[in-house]
Amino acid sequence: MTGLTLLIPLALLCGLMALAAFFMALRTGQYDDLDGAAMRMLVEGEED
Amino acid sequence: MATRALLPEPAPLAETRESLLAVPGIHCAGCISKIENGLPKVNGIESARVNMGARRVAIRHDAALSPPDLKAALARLGFEAEALADPGLDVAAAENRALLRALAVAGFAAMNIMLLSVSIWSGAEGATRQMFHWLSALIALPTVAYAGEPFFRSAWAALRQGRTNMDVPISIGVLLTTSMSLFETISGGAHAWFDGAVMLLFFLLAGRCLDSMMRGRARAGVAALLKQTAPGALVLDEAGQSRWSEADVLRPGMRMLVAAGERLAADGRVLMGDSSLDISFLTGESTPVRVQAGDVVQAGALNVAGPLTVEVTAAGADTVIADIARLMEEAGQSKSHYVRLADRAARWYAPCVHLLAALSFIGWTVGGAGVHQSLLIAVAVLLITCPCALGLAVPVAQVVACGALMRQGVLVKDGSALERLAETTEAVFDKTGTLTLGRPVPRHLDRLDGEDHSILLALAQASRHPLSVALRQALEAEGVRPATLDPIREVPGEGLFANHRGVPVSLARPRSLITLFELASEYRHGADVHLLPFTDALRPDAAETLAALRAAGLQTLIASGDQPEALEEIARATGTTAIGRLRPADKLALLDRIKAQGQKVLMVGDGLNDGPALAAGHASIAPASASDASQLAADIVFLGDRLAPVAIALRAARRTIRVVKQNFALAICYNILAVPLAIAGKVTPLVAAVAMSLSSLIVILNALRLKDSAK
Repeated sequence: MTGLTLLIPLALLCGLMALAAFFMALRTGQYDDLDGAAMRMLVEGEED
Repeated sequence: MATRALLPEPAPLAETRESLLAVPGIHCAGCISKIENGLPKVNGIESARVNMGARRVAIRHDAALSPPDLKAALARLGFEAEALADPGLDVAAAENRALLRALAVAGFAAMNIMLLSVSIWSGAEGATRQMFHWLSALIALPTVAYAGEPFFRSAWAALRQGRTNMDVPISIGVLLTTSMSLFETISGGAHAWFDGAVMLLFFLLAGRCLDSMMRGRARAGVAALLKQTAPGALVLDEAGQSRWSEADVLRPGMRMLVAAGERLAADGRVLMGDSSLDISFLTGESTPVRVQAGDVVQAGALNVAGPLTVEVTAAGADTVIADIARLMEEAGQSKSHYVRLADRAARWYAPCVHLLAALSFIGWTVGGAGVHQSLLIAVAVLLITCPCALGLAVPVAQVVACGALMRQGVLVKDGSALERLAETTEAVFDKTGTLTLGRPVPRHLDRLDGEDHSILLALAQASRHPLSVALRQALEAEGVRPATLDPIREVPGEGLFANHRGVPVSLARPRSLITLFELASEYRHGADVHLLPFTDALRPDAAETLAALRAAGLQTLIASGDQPEALEEIARATGTTAIGRLRPADKLALLDRIKAQGQKVLMVGDGLNDGPALAAGHASIAPASASDASQLAADIVFLGDRLAPVAIALRAARRTIRVVKQNFALAICYNILAVPLAIAGKVTPLVAAVAMSLSSLIVILNALRLKDSAK
């Protein structure tokens, strides 16, 4: 029982963190252009 | 990716603005880096960001730069671009994002509640079970409020209009289940159904998301019709000074300068200049029309030869092109009345479910059980019959079929397109650009030798005349290298003239007109004269495709804007009746007549003149070479020179509908098995969770069989 009081909030926190990360990715437009993202990994680094 | 955020932002320039340009030519990683690294080197451009999916570039630039400057900058990098008149707000993308957020929340909650539920099912008792129920409630209540909102809203909208849809039983089921579970939790009961309610939302949202992504694809190219017109023009004032003016401030009486290669921003009359206009967007014909002082010209026409001074006669909403846009919009209205298969199923499904739940409540109360127990059983019935599998049945099948079609070069833009396509009974084809390739193809090139080929290529490269473009494409495809020529002169309406090693060469209008219906160019090398005839070739498999459609039970018809004489050959080759000399409004009327006979029309066309008909058809298909407006109006766009995708898409659509109907049958079978259990009061939260997941899984697996439906 005492273990649960620690573990359950911890588990929920981990899940919430993942959820927050997903929301952040969504807001910064990382899902706007999935085709482009697949291509961009082939782009050479900027030459400057 | 590193072009923004990671680098320290440079001090913002005095005044910057963002412009959107459509760049259809982007197709690989090289293009992305070329544009994103190349554009910022241009003076006045701060940054550029490519959106690959929408084939668009967002450019942040100095306000002093006008759209033609940006176009020129992209042209120097080797990309043809078209300024988008109004970027507008992407409503669909926002809706899709909201659904994704709801899905993420529901997924998070479903997983956590399921973990708690598993420990309850495996025998947690007393205070532990109580705590787990409370924790579940704590997670479930905000989740239901947030993730359930799209369903509640849609159900409410339907109820207010006295209709019912799939979302009504969903909303009632979820709300009743949640409140009953809350009551059980407060009163210390043994069963709470939070897991079922949240899982249901998760599955349904998954279906909804897939559906919205399908529709989103339709709007990815919201370049809209107005892209055809230029976003503005160079206007001459009284003093003879020219300045850039946006299209919406153009007024009749203004004089605009239109350089070669630019599109007209308004309707008008030519005051000065002698040039050719490409008005294929209006007529579907690829031959440019010669215009001189006094001729009437339309907004959206592409000036291919020399500069023109045009007096504006109509601008904005009064132009011919805006008129077609209105026709298209009106024609498209009928399509929005289409009731989708899933909603038709919901019409009788929802009342059935509600009746069943109400009957079991009454039955158990009459049978002597307490109100509390009867209510619990009614809730179990609602939860188990909730159209979880039904919600997934249609979108999963459609997404799988569309993926298969996409690999064959067929892009399905609208979720309900396959449903409508499968129902069509008559196919109407446009001629130019649809049954034919829509571009002139030079014949008898093999009669010339290699040196002539390279001279021709060098000449053809210097012009944007459609025949030159066709010649260039044909020669480049054969790997010909251009010869070096002395300065090439282009004489509007005449041709291209140059010198090759001191010998005059030219690619020009034929001196003698030979046939009436054939395009031709004349190539002169010194004293040698060769006639280069061009034809608009039939798509390689047009005849077979039309035969395949007839074999599939469709009637076929050709409706064209061309002269009837030009249709004879094609009608004979494909064995199809052809009707000629139809204007956009006539095609629309023709479609209405066919519809009135009870047929459901599949419209296949490409030109802007087909736009209204495409929008009015029960389903519509356009080749990727079509005008943007037509691609926008069509439900399905296919790539390549072959016409076979039309038949393939029809076959795949019919298979998809078969699978969707099977899925409905499966969902009903599942209900026939599960509902008696629920009515008998044997369904615990565990049984509900297993049954729900299982039925969804079966439906998804069945839909996956469509993976090679486009073969």
